[in-house]
Amino acid sequence: MPTLTIDGKEIEVENGITVLQACEEAGVEVPRFCYHERLSIAGNCRMCLVDMEKAPKPIASCAMPVGEGMVIHTNTERVKKAREGVMEFLLINHPLDCPICDQGGECDLQDQAVAFGRSGNRYEESKRAVEDKNMGPLISTTMTRCIHCMRCVRFSTEVAGVTDMGSLWRGEHTEVTTYLGKILDSEMSGNVIDLCPVGALTNKPYAFTARSWELKGTESIDVMDAVGSNIRVDARGAAVMRVLPRLHEDVNEEWISDKTRFACDGLKKRRLDRPYVRRRGKLEEASWSDAFAAIKKKLKGMKGAEIAGVVGDLADMESMLAFKDLLGKLGSKRIEGRQDGAAIDNAVRAGYLLNAGISGIEDADYLLLVGTNPRVEAPIINTRIRKAVLSGLKVGNVGNAEDLTYAVEEFGDDKAILNAIISGKHAAADALKKAERPMIIVGQGALTGEDGAAVLKAVRDIADTYCVKDGWNGYGMLHTAASRVGAMDLGLVTKGGVDSILDDASADKLKAVFLLGSDEIDTASLKKTFTVYIGTHGDEGVQNADVILPAAAYTEKSGTYINTEGRVQRTEKAVFAPGDAREDWTILRALSDVLGDTLPYDTLAQLRDALAKAVPAAKTLDTVPTEAWGDFGTAGDVASGGIAPTIENFYLTNPIARASETMSQCVDAREDIAGEATGTHG
Amino acid sequence: MSTAEKKGFCWTKENEALAQHHIAKYPEGRQQSAVMPLLDIAQRQNGGHVTVEIMEYIADYLDMPAIRVQEVATFYTMYNHRPIGKHHVQVCGTTPCWLRGSDKILAAIEAHLGIKKGETTADGLFTLGEVECAGACVNAPVVSIGDDYFEDLSPERVTEILDMIKDGKDVVAGPQNGRQTSAPLGELTSLTEFVEKA
Ligand code: FES
Ligand code: FES
Repeated sequence: MPTLTIDGKEIEVENGITVLQACEEAGVEVPRFCYHERLSIAGNCRMCLVDMEKAPKPIASCAMPVGEGMVIHTNTERVKKAREGVMEFLLINHPLDCPICDQGGECDLQDQAVAFGRSGNRYEESKRAVEDKNMGPLISTTMTRCIHCMRCVRFSTEVAGVTDMGSLWRGEHTEVTTYLGKILDSEMSGNVIDLCPVGALTNKPYAFTARSWELKGTESIDVMDAVGSNIRVDARGAAVMRVLPRLHEDVNEEWISDKTRFACDGLKKRRLDRPYVRRRGKLEEASWSDAFAAIKKKLKGMKGAEIAGVVGDLADMESMLAFKDLLGKLGSKRIEGRQDGAAIDNAVRAGYLLNAGISGIEDADYLLLVGTNPRVEAPIINTRIRKAVLSGLKVGNVGNAEDLTYAVEEFGDDKAILNAIISGKHAAADALKKAERPMIIVGQGALTGEDGAAVLKAVRDIADTYCVKDGWNGYGMLHTAASRVGAMDLGLVTKGGVDSILDDASADKLKAVFLLGSDEIDTASLKKTFTVYIGTHGDEGVQNADVILPAAAYTEKSGTYINTEGRVQRTEKAVFAPGDAREDWTILRALSDVLGDTLPYDTLAQLRDALAKAVPAAKTLDTVPTEAWGDFGTAGDVASGGIAPTIENFYLTNPIARASETMSQCVDAREDIAGEATGTHG
Repeated sequence: MSTAEKKGFCWTKENEALAQHHIAKYPEGRQQSAVMPLLDIAQRQNGGHVTVEIMEYIADYLDMPAIRVQEVATFYTMYNHRPIGKHHVQVCGTTPCWLRGSDKILAAIEAHLGIKKGETTADGLFTLGEVECAGACVNAPVVSIGDDYFEDLSPERVTEILDMIKDGKDVVAGPQNGRQTSAPLGELTSLTEFVEKA
């Protein structure tokens, strides 16, 4: 633990950190452009120069390791001059087009020029100009503004794991670019926008739509996958303008996936903003009271056993509870929370959580993936796995071989391998046995087949044999839906699952089906059944609906979600729902009123109390629970055969993403590069 | 088959051996360190310049990302990215050479070949370029033609040399004013006597 003196203050710091970090610990601000705590050190911008006693010239503090007895000055005349000099050089070729730059107001270059630069400019020669690069539908480039900090290059290489970016040529002619001007082949590409300290890389769909100071930020949670990334929703008036990451070391660090960041334009498209009722085969606009009356009329005399409900992927727990209670009042207990038909068993909570937590992946030394492609199912978790791999984690995979951006030992796409692993006669078994903290993550794809429950049992047995030890539960399930864990906690599982509901509906055994934002099922079977759809978008769920009740999206309500680790988090309302749309639970409560048996909560607080009673786990916010291990899944034959991927297209997994123009542009752009790679294009 | 192979570039037998010779200089797993000599070999095999296909071929060959090869190949001016003539004439224009008349050398070459910097003669024999310090300042002004340095040049001498090369005659590289390497021309001017150690 070296002790050093920074601006006259003695401070003891950890060994191996840099002078810049030590300054931060001492509460001394050091300006920087290229340094970023999550990227390797580049030391190429020179903005972080400080004085070190006995050194002949200022040192780059971001690249200098601390040493015993160092004396650092950050407030000398020489440091001031050095910073002014660096700033002046950086601005030589910078266009200073702040008034038309989207980074304006939140630009490191701007801020540091004000704080550390000279007041005037002595450079009168002409500036260089750099051709803009094509970086796809997400990232807009103005390369003349680039100051060559190489953060984007380091991010794509180190964090995203795609070596598609680099800097070409040299000196005055240096240009940062993607390889041959192709788009970044990554689900995490948008993070370079946040990393860029200037306005060279900016948010393309957001371009020129707002100035940063006009936006109202709301701290919230993402629902595009089951990670629960912490986000800030920036809105202007009634419109969500953009989504940014918020720091959460244990969840998303400071990254978010492209879907999380860019699907928000889908919040404005294809929205249900008023109720509809199907009359004579056609959906017609209706008032709330007409819509409720239509439901009341249809439900009259219907038996509880003839009613069922399906919950979609984006539902919050409050809505799900109100949904469950409402159907309960109608006499139905048949509510299914696993739209995709995955055979999740909710008997043991540990059985459907990622028990070690996302950051726990970094503690593991061996990871076996079963039927999951984390790169598309949860890019944030994939990034975490990659980070762990870079510091020694070994990964094996049973299932489809995909490029996960790190080295994976592929055992083959055959479920029967699981049997071999249980009996210990497989390379994966040896690896799990040898590891100190072995981990196994099972994806939804593995659980959706006929033998899903048996696969789950097999995975459980493998975990039981190798991965669950004193103080370490290496078993984890990777969910793809934000609502799933909450739905399991609420007990929204039915015998036969969603398939049997749809079968019974087409066989006329069910007379009414309620869909709570359920858009990923095939509603063709509901043609004859009276169907009520509560949701946000004109997507699959409305196709065969008889009554449509417009609801609020995740940015328009405060809702509780439990992520794949079991971490309870809440979204906050950033904007109001469009038109007549209302928050789901208020719709359900109003409907219950019309149906004659009012749900027992008048405020969100009362509903939350009810939720806390129904699911005690939902009370504790933002912690990874320690759940007791147990037996789950159903013993059975695990047949030989491949595992179907659960996500067909990363960009189109939910109604918001499907309504998003940006997401469909991504689909096209990715198809283009895929086409080039296989030579089938053009 | 890699993408580059499909497009046609592949080591000749000798060059493959040469490439392996360079790779073998580095520890196992550090084959990427050989990227610079390999680019050079490939450039020579390709008649003087590298292409995207070649860079991708080398990236495949060394198991490294193509962008990393491209970064190296664009950083160093010795790699050409456009076809060049048979003889690459590079005039040093940095201060010592400039003080010793590199401007006149350049002008003489331009006039003689009828091309400007960056251009290639119609017969495809010469490409003219200017470079920064060639590292032979003591014999300034300096021009490199292909792999050879021609030093202590005068405008007249450089045009002669170009003609000789054009006619396929042998030219002796190095100082063109009769001195031996960088030794003084004529008499010694300092350290004139040999003093025995006492
Ligand atoms: S922050 Fe230290 S050199 Fe850029
Ligand atoms: S300046 Fe021409 S060789 Fe150095």
